[in-house]
Amino acid sequence: MLGGLRVVEIPGNDIWGAAAVGHCGRILADLGADVVKAEPPAGDPVRSVPPFVGERADPDRGLLWIALNANKRGVVLEPADEVARARLLSDADVVLQPTLVVDPAAADPRLILVTLTPYGTSGPLARTPASDLEVTASSGSLWLAGEPGGAPVRTTLPQSPFWTGMYAAAGALLAVIARRSTGRGQHVDVSGQQSMVTVHPPAAVFADVAREEHMRLGPNLLGRSIVGARFRNIWPCADGHVSFAIQGGPIGRHTGRMLAAWMVERGMDAPRLRAVDWETFDNRTLSQADVDLLEAEVGAFLNTLTKREFFEGVIVRNMLGYPVADAADIYADEQLLARAFWQDVSIDGTTLSFPGGFALFDGERPGIRRPPPTLGEHTAAVLNEVRSVPAGTARTR
Amino acid sequence: MNSSSGASAGSRAPLQGTRVVELGWAAAGPLVGTYLAMHGADVIHLESSTALDPFRSTYPPFKDNMPGPDRAAMFSFYNAGKRGVTLDLKQPAAVALALRLIAMADVVIESFPAGTLARRGLGLDVLRATRPELVILSSCNQGQTGPHAQHPGYGSQLTALAGFTQLLGDPERTPVILYGPYIDYIAVGYGVVAILAALDRRARTGEGCVIDLSQYEAGLQFMAPALLEYEANGTVPTRAGNRDRVAVPHGVYPTSEPDSWIALSVWDDAEWVRLREALGDPEWSRDADLAVADGRRGREPWIDERIAEWSRRQPRAGAVARLRSHGLRAAPVETVGELFDDPQLVHRRAWRTASHPVIGDVRLMAAPFLLSDADQGPDRPGPTLGRHTEEVFRGIVGLDADEYRALEAAGVFK
Repeated sequence: MLGGLRVVEIPGNDIWGAAAVGHCGRILADLGADVVKAEPPAGDPVRSVPPFVGERADPDRGLLWIALNANKRGVVLEPADEVARARLLSDADVVLQPTLVVDPAAADPRLILVTLTPYGTSGPLARTPASDLEVTASSGSLWLAGEPGGAPVRTTLPQSPFWTGMYAAAGALLAVIARRSTGRGQHVDVSGQQSMVTVHPPAAVFADVAREEHMRLGPNLLGRSIVGARFRNIWPCADGHVSFAIQGGPIGRHTGRMLAAWMVERGMDAPRLRAVDWETFDNRTLSQADVDLLEAEVGAFLNTLTKREFFEGVIVRNMLGYPVADAADIYADEQLLARAFWQDVSIDGTTLSFPGGFALFDGERPGIRRPPPTLGEHTAAVLNEVRSVPAGTARTR
Repeated sequence: MNSSSGASAGSRAPLQGTRVVELGWAAAGPLVGTYLAMHGADVIHLESSTALDPFRSTYPPFKDNMPGPDRAAMFSFYNAGKRGVTLDLKQPAAVALALRLIAMADVVIESFPAGTLARRGLGLDVLRATRPELVILSSCNQGQTGPHAQHPGYGSQLTALAGFTQLLGDPERTPVILYGPYIDYIAVGYGVVAILAALDRRARTGEGCVIDLSQYEAGLQFMAPALLEYEANGTVPTRAGNRDRVAVPHGVYPTSEPDSWIALSVWDDAEWVRLREALGDPEWSRDADLAVADGRRGREPWIDERIAEWSRRQPRAGAVARLRSHGLRAAPVETVGELFDDPQLVHRRAWRTASHPVIGDVRLMAAPFLLSDADQGPDRPGPTLGRHTEEVFRGIVGLDADEYRALEAAGVFK
């Protein structure tokens, strides 16, 4: 898609920034850009993040590193080698950086400079350090997860570098499109905090319009009721957990009707669910006491099913609901297999089934064309390429 | 313009001149169009009063807590910056009008379950025959093909299927939810990226593009390291509270105020020394075992309790200021209501206020990236139902007044 777009990544020395830059570069690389990571001699800090393939600590075997850096080439730039750095940058359409390493005011006017920082490059927190936990805390999304009364909790796999990198890719492409008509590059200033603000719009709408502050409620959902009732969304089942909720609207009512029938089929008594008139059922006005009575029956039934039984059951009945899947369940998912989502990639002698590209373009899924670069793998090749371009040559793209 | 935006006089929006027709409801499709509208695209949201978007009918909050399609704040928020038209696509004349509009568009976004539009006479083959250079994004729960393609789903539950929920909460307890339809917003971001990449290719080659985006597969991009861990090592990753693989300590601690918390993380042994200084070098922290990460990891719950003993005596702002003054990574756990006045977000104009004709002043959300040389919205809330139907079908499609009235009388614009 992006054939010919030249992208240079500067990872910096902080894990959060390097991961956000890396994810942005990975998206552009998947779409066909020529992405070159310019590492310091010590390497991208993401290389040191565990876990590692085979639990063997090694700069080429980190699983976060591997996930973020397929489809790229890598060079090592000695800090003193200003000439090589300048050559590499002068040949780029887009530079991705975790701090203002390249100053937007001094950059080539055609260059698209994308800076990914925890809070943005200006403003009161411009130079405040943060990792995933603090970025998430600053965004309201940490506040919204956890048990009531307990501490807020974050997703164990850090998420904010992914969000920030994804939005950075969108901003970079908008700048690429703008440059076509203006002839000018520009600075794309991406904030991790603001990226994480985008992950919970309903809570912002409730706070703004209803003056209602949503908060963490363990496994329960808010935002479906006009009388303040909460609905449980995560339930224990026979071998783990499933996600299911009593819902309204046409599909929600169909789901409730099918659940009641399913329980009867399995010989479960469900007097309250069977008594519901699903044609007129309105979850918005149910009192908490009504919800609790219905949910007692739902919970007793879901406890008898395995994750797989539940998944098969909701699929055949066209009901809303899914298992709370883990990595093993996801690798076994027949839908992903049918869509050829996975792709084998050889990493340092081990073949891994890799998650494939994020979408199909004209029926084709962008593939993994090359594994992540070993440290300095393409230094000679890339620097020879850029040296062969005479200074001042107009870009062809 | 606020000083944080460097957009100079004469800047324009990158997608000015790009027309988008959007068919879909709730979050995952329409929010893609909202990001395009923020950057100058003319986005026309096509809906029907005969089958209302759940964000107009089912989902609170409503103005004064009274339901009504134009009182629904969620719809307004998710459709900021667009024009809105109504068409009853069960009628052939409406389908013909939709195609005339699409023939004048650059991008079509649709987010119904796979096959829905084809049954209405708006399948991909028809759209491409109408205008081969269209960029078409189809975004649905599980993708356009495969055994689960037709399965309806909500993002809050797809988030569980994609493995996120399993990774959130206390390892000994039921996982907790990620608020809202978390995965939908991942699919939104990737949908925007996909359309922009296809528009760039079209500008170079003239080719259109059909994009099949499975919200599930888009979400799994953010799970890749956990998936690969299972694949490489056979380990099924699970939730670990607020623990981290590298930083130690790494946690959320109470303050002296009710239900008020700070986040704090220590990424190396030098930062540990700075934390000791920030806490006043208490006796317990001088233990030589704790000077190295492995030593701290073995006693992390105990360290957390010691830090909490300190933090419980501090107001939130004071605790964060003190930790930050020692160069540490620390932040208040902000509530969502606090975000509207967060000085950093205010500086970046993360929220924009606009006036909705029924709801009143509402806050809209800006993109999380600032462009130094382009105008960025959003500047107006989502349209009331059918607000721009006449404007669009007369002004763009070119119906004259008599044709428009006749079709209106026939119920085509419902």
